[in-house]
Amino acid sequence: MTTTSLTPTRDWWRIPQRYVPVLATLTLLLVMYAVGVSQYRAFSNVQVVFNVFIDNGFLLVVAVGMTFVILTGGIDLSVGSVVAMTAMMSASLLQGGMDPGAVLVIALLVGPTLGFLMGCVIHFFEIQPFIVTLAGMFFARGMCTFISKSSIPITDPFWTTMAQERIGDPKGNFVSISVLVAFVVVLIGAFVLAYTRLGRNVYALGGNQQSALLMGLPVGQTKIAVYAISGLCSAIGGILLSFYTLSGAPLIAVGMELDVIAAVVIGGTVLTGGSGYVFGTVLGVLVLGVIRTLITFDGSLNSWWTKIVIGGLLFAFILLQRLIGIRKK
Amino acid sequence: MSGRQPVLTMTAISKSFPGVRALDGVDFRLFPGEVHALMGENGAGKSTLIKVLTGVYAHDAGAIELAGQQVSFTGPMQAAAAGVSTVYQEVNLCANLSVAENIFIGREPRTFGAIRWGEMRRRARDLLAKLDLHIDVTQLLGTYSLAVQQMVAIARAIDIQARVLILDEPTSSLDATEVEQLFRIMRQLRDEGIAIIFVTHFLDQVYGIADRITVLRNGRLVGEYPTAELPQLALVEKMIGKELDVLESLEEQSKRDLAAIEANTPFLQAEELGRKGSVTPFSLTIHAGEVVGLAGLLGSGRTEVARLLFGADRADHGKVAVDGKPTALRNPIAAIGHDIAFCSENRRTEGLVGELSVRENIILAMQAARGWLRPIPRRRQDELVDKYVKALSIRPADPEIPVRNLSGGNQQKVLLARWLITEPRLLILDEPTRGIDVGAKAEIQKLVVQLSDGGMAVLFISAELEEVLRLSHKIAVMRDRQLITELANDHTVDADRVMQTIASGTHHEGPQA
Repeated sequence: MTTTSLTPTRDWWRIPQRYVPVLATLTLLLVMYAVGVSQYRAFSNVQVVFNVFIDNGFLLVVAVGMTFVILTGGIDLSVGSVVAMTAMMSASLLQGGMDPGAVLVIALLVGPTLGFLMGCVIHFFEIQPFIVTLAGMFFARGMCTFISKSSIPITDPFWTTMAQERIGDPKGNFVSISVLVAFVVVLIGAFVLAYTRLGRNVYALGGNQQSALLMGLPVGQTKIAVYAISGLCSAIGGILLSFYTLSGAPLIAVGMELDVIAAVVIGGTVLTGGSGYVFGTVLGVLVLGVIRTLITFDGSLNSWWTKIVIGGLLFAFILLQRLIGIRKK
Repeated sequence: MSGRQPVLTMTAISKSFPGVRALDGVDFRLFPGEVHALMGENGAGKSTLIKVLTGVYAHDAGAIELAGQQVSFTGPMQAAAAGVSTVYQEVNLCANLSVAENIFIGREPRTFGAIRWGEMRRRARDLLAKLDLHIDVTQLLGTYSLAVQQMVAIARAIDIQARVLILDEPTSSLDATEVEQLFRIMRQLRDEGIAIIFVTHFLDQVYGIADRITVLRNGRLVGEYPTAELPQLALVEKMIGKELDVLESLEEQSKRDLAAIEANTPFLQAEELGRKGSVTPFSLTIHAGEVVGLAGLLGSGRTEVARLLFGADRADHGKVAVDGKPTALRNPIAAIGHDIAFCSENRRTEGLVGELSVRENIILAMQAARGWLRPIPRRRQDELVDKYVKALSIRPADPEIPVRNLSGGNQQKVLLARWLITEPRLLILDEPTRGIDVGAKAEIQKLVVQLSDGGMAVLFISAELEEVLRLSHKIAVMRDRQLITELANDHTVDADRVMQTIASGTHHEGPQA
């Protein structure tokens, strides 16, 4: 047998299949941006792009956590509620006069703890992540109203500084601190997935759990870790959201988990696990953000159009994933 | 060989499961630099022995000595760390990761926690080059053929400084060239001093590569033999014991009386039945109590004929009559309505539901025939299932265990039982004996004879000519998606003649059967 017959046909101009979904999203994003620029003069303003980041920083952070979970083939429905719970808790503790540093620490501990517990239930009792995180979702949402039935304003000086601080260039374009935090989370997330054993185990687990087990990988630890990571990201997202709104409201971020899942999937991560990138997730969040911006710029369109477009895109991307999957066979 | 120290010695190993004594005082020796075939029927204890060795099961009695040290592993990982690596029949790697990662995952070279991708790829390339495999290690494993994946699995195994390499039916999904390539690697590893345990059902392969053979039967050691001193026939005898008589008795009563059968009313008549791009129109008559063999090379259209007769594919040409009445077999439900049953060749993907129990799998077709609104009473289910588990000697004889825990031969029997329970009048068997051991094969063949004696019509498809000749009243020969002729299976017909029939014509491909 000759060596050539063993090598799959691979021409230099052909893009490896695993990058196709991400590139499709990138193309889509560029097309949407080009459409915006051609239609609305103000769209080319750099601040428009920055605003997309400012408005979606917390979403981006949560989506990074969700990417870990979906890569293992799991799902985390609790993220929206955990975001709300974290914001509510921070607002409530600050209202009670607690030191903002201590509030941050507590807020950042609760999310991952809940995630860790959900991960343990999923692993040790072999229960579907869908149902476990659904329970987590109800629990966290319930905790929100348990803390307070109405919205709690935040007046703490540290929080207001974080909300209002602008980091900008001399021309007056700026981003918020949340955007920087989101970027750090994205970079760490991408590094962990690409360059650490934990990250590679996440991919292996999503590819074939049975094989991962037989190859001696720590399947259980990895599974629990991804839900804890998702919980941590939700907690960070919750704090960013409280910076953004300067309040905690019991019914904020309802349905956000679905936006996050949509962003991750549009970003090219396969729902059955094993394939996807944090960079894709960033693009997915940006696509969502740009759609909203386009609809706002138009002015005449109802904001429900956002949902309709996202729905259509989601369909298109799931079909794309399926087609690639079929072609492989 | 006797002067050297064995690398692995297993002494008086016993292992029981509830109700079954899977291993009973089995001894096993393995020397460095040999390929040692572990042979036995399904259920002889080969898998159990290997699982005991790799620590999947704890043994009840006996001792394992690896390189002079007493060992008892708690799992495959610990065994691998000690130098005992296993490559399984189904490649247990991750198709969504690159080749390099599949070799190194869990042991990646790192600095300060960060994986050094460059070094990992280089080491993967070097390792595969040693196996004479020059592929792009950055590509996803899933883009390569099963044979390459198998070799990547071996590369992973030997990189963990393997002293003992266990290959558990590695060749069952490889073609001849790929098997040869695997053998080359096995020889190379053997020459480097690695001891290889080779489990397979293919006798030819054993004689092609193994230095010594250990035979197990019913959980007991039959013996350990140098391959050169054990003729093939003797090996089969040792593997199946006295059951060989079954095959011989079948042989004697073969060449059955076609004339008597032809006098029966035809059960199914297909006239110029065909489907574009699938089978050229053919005519075929099957009588009650008749076994019609369908012979031909792989891809000659045998399965396609079966699918047309079962309505799994829809014919676009010709007509079918059942009991003399014209009918259209539009879909499997229609065919089942005419008491036609089809055991598919892909029993894992098209036939059995692995998670369901033996009982549930057997009941499935009957329940479907009754309609889902009329559940079969549990007591009736148990009765029926017990009857067929006994009749087909399905092992283990526990109808409540999931089907996926059964061996291939026993899975095939469950699939058969499922259709037999519906009391079909035509049973289509597509490669019912592929990948199962000699003993189970004989049982299934015996069953086909019994069923046809009882008046059932059987369409028997097999790549093994001997088998077709042994069972059939008449043989329909397929070639290039065309039914070229029908041979009455009388004394003038033998394997050579069928092969000549297949080979005759424009092409001169050698018969492969």
